Amino acid sequence: MSEPRPRAFINARLVDPATETDGSGGLLVRLGRIEAVGPGFFNAQGISPDYERIDCGGHVLAPGLVDMAVSIGEPGAEHKETIGSASLAGAAGGVTTLIMMPNTDPVIDDASLVDFVRRRARDTAVVRVHPMAALTKGTEGKVTSEMALLGDAGAVGFTDGPKSIANTRVFRRALEYSRSVDGLVVHHAQDEALAAGGQMNEGELSTRLGLQGIPAEAESIIVERDMALVGLTGARYHLAQISCPQSLETLRRAKDRGLKVTAATTPHHLALNEIDIATYRTFHKTLPPLRSEPVRLALVEALREGLIDVVASHHDPRGPEEKRLPFEEAAFGAVGLESLLPVLLELVHGNALPLTTALRAVTSTPADLLGLHAGRLATGRPADLVVIDLDEPYIFGKDQLLSKSKNTPFDGRRFQGRAALTTLSGRIVHSRLKDYPKDAA
Amino acid sequence: MPDAFPPVAYHRPHLLGIQGLNAHEITALLDHAERFVDQNKRINKKLSVLKGRTQINLFFESSTRTQASFEIAGKRLGADVMNMAVKASSINKGETLIDTAITLNSMHPDLLIMRHQCSGAVDLLAQKVDCAVINAGDGANEHPTQALLDALTMRRHLGRLEGIRVAICGDIRHSRVARSNIYLLNAMNATVHVIAPPTLLPPHIENLGVRVFQSMDEGLEGCDVVMMLRLQTERMEGAYIPSNREYFRLYGLDQARLARAKPGALVMHPGPMNRGVEIDSAVADDPAISVIPEQVEMGVAVRMALLEALARHLPDEETAPGERV
Repeated sequence: MSEPRPRAFINARLVDPATETDGSGGLLVRLGRIEAVGPGFFNAQGISPDYERIDCGGHVLAPGLVDMAVSIGEPGAEHKETIGSASLAGAAGGVTTLIMMPNTDPVIDDASLVDFVRRRARDTAVVRVHPMAALTKGTEGKVTSEMALLGDAGAVGFTDGPKSIANTRVFRRALEYSRSVDGLVVHHAQDEALAAGGQMNEGELSTRLGLQGIPAEAESIIVERDMALVGLTGARYHLAQISCPQSLETLRRAKDRGLKVTAATTPHHLALNEIDIATYRTFHKTLPPLRSEPVRLALVEALREGLIDVVASHHDPRGPEEKRLPFEEAAFGAVGLESLLPVLLELVHGNALPLTTALRAVTSTPADLLGLHAGRLATGRPADLVVIDLDEPYIFGKDQLLSKSKNTPFDGRRFQGRAALTTLSGRIVHSRLKDYPKDAA
Repeated sequence: MPDAFPPVAYHRPHLLGIQGLNAHEITALLDHAERFVDQNKRINKKLSVLKGRTQINLFFESSTRTQASFEIAGKRLGADVMNMAVKASSINKGETLIDTAITLNSMHPDLLIMRHQCSGAVDLLAQKVDCAVINAGDGANEHPTQALLDALTMRRHLGRLEGIRVAICGDIRHSRVARSNIYLLNAMNATVHVIAPPTLLPPHIENLGVRVFQSMDEGLEGCDVVMMLRLQTERMEGAYIPSNREYFRLYGLDQARLARAKPGALVMHPGPMNRGVEIDSAVADDPAISVIPEQVEMGVAVRMALLEALARHLPDEETAPGERV
């Protein structure tokens, strides 16, 4: 393959959340890496004519997004999503690195499966795909997985996905063992007995809809337990989804104690509340469930102040056979790769979050947690970039999604701003700018 | 009785729940039902207002009185009534509700009556079919025709609904009957007491406009009506109550407890009753106080009224001769 032509991204508003940079400038790409970046490259003058110019038109140029939680149906449920289709959806949403959950069929709990995913990603994906491996074998919550072998094969973290580990002794051992490989343990906190049969947030609305509720305590009890175990073991712990003030309080105390804990929330918990379920909309059935409006506001505030570290889409593709059902029979989960950035921009436009804070939660913070060479506009890093048009208004429609599954809770929502162009190692993998079409595969 | 009725101020295409209905709509349906009460006491009960109409009863949960009541109501109005036996159909072979709805819709029914174990399932069905849909009970959400027949029974005995005080006792948590009754009685400006152990109360029930009591004696004070609910043990996963005998000790209705309510208070039960669990036979069987058989009678009248009112909005031979649009 001939060497690709170097590129100059000019006339940009450079936003690098890691360094709190936000100003006019440009960026040079050579051999797939960021060669130089700064205000000096705002104009084309002085840049060698060898470089292909990409005029960003004053739009934001930021590091490509790192989505820390993406469920994909490959292997085992390719009709819902393949690694390839998820990567296309990611590129369209400005996501250049997606972290794949191990809740496939079979479960990713073996080095050979990690290898399979990486090879499939190499052959079929347009963005980077890193698998997380199971924390316990078969995600059964009984025996710690082979973290060292899985890590060597390329697993970037360990989680049982949407399953919470009920057995305290098993979880303690897993946390302890993870220290030997400095692994990141990602946990979904839910007391299964307390949440059993629950369909939505417990409250007046669940009573009105005649649905069994899930109390916030089903989450916070486990968060409380986990923080105690992290204190006991000294492990690196990431709370996959935080959704209630009780957990925020526990998280704050753990961070104040200096424990190595972080937490993520989801776009739907930041943008929607339980009332959006209205007349039993199954696309709004998520786990943890959508909470009340005051809780949503508390989550946004926690993200703003940095108590919540990461926003992850928790992309969970579900076909009609799992969603076009009565609410109680429908599966939990929503797709989110293509709405992650629009939701964050909605919060930015609503003055709930500064742009750098919003982007940090989906770039440098998750990249650093996972030890990835991504999420920054820094010389030498892979040129995984996104050009964001902050202003374009549009109606988000499920039929326009590139994801194979269309179960978005944001169908019909009015958004402002989205990814105009996405590059991976400097190659254009998604473009809405007609002057700069996608590079041939 | 003539086959033409005066206008009824209920103009919705379906009856999916009581929540959201206005007092005048409820009153209109109750007034209309009165017309059928006398009709049902005649030797020849048959009318022909629904002649040529097809009514399908689709019951995913077993039911005796409600299904029979809808069947009789439809037949007395002249409709062709079919009962779908869910247990013997492909619904049990994994067919989804929406596929079933599409299949049934292709048979051009005019009226679809559905009961389903999931809250909201009837709403879902109504979105997918072209005919009138009546909710015959969905999960723990609503059972609107039960609330209407209860209201008709109360109104006939007390002369009004406004200002009356009704105690609803027992398994409120799992009860769609309780929810529909609460919405209806609130819409009609009645006062509702709910009486149950905390484990059988759904969260924030007080926000629905009821007064909550844990003590039966306090809750029954001054009530015109005592509505007992069945303990729905089949919906209970886990320890809601320690035992039936302890439940009866605290929340069972017997003569002594009933004395706390207003003299002459009505005793109601949507059935089927668990005698000795929530209600003492001496109370249930006393015709001077128990109106339980009358509730069943009103049920047929209410359902006839509803079927007739909904059928008015369906396309007919005059507006669409020879075909359905």
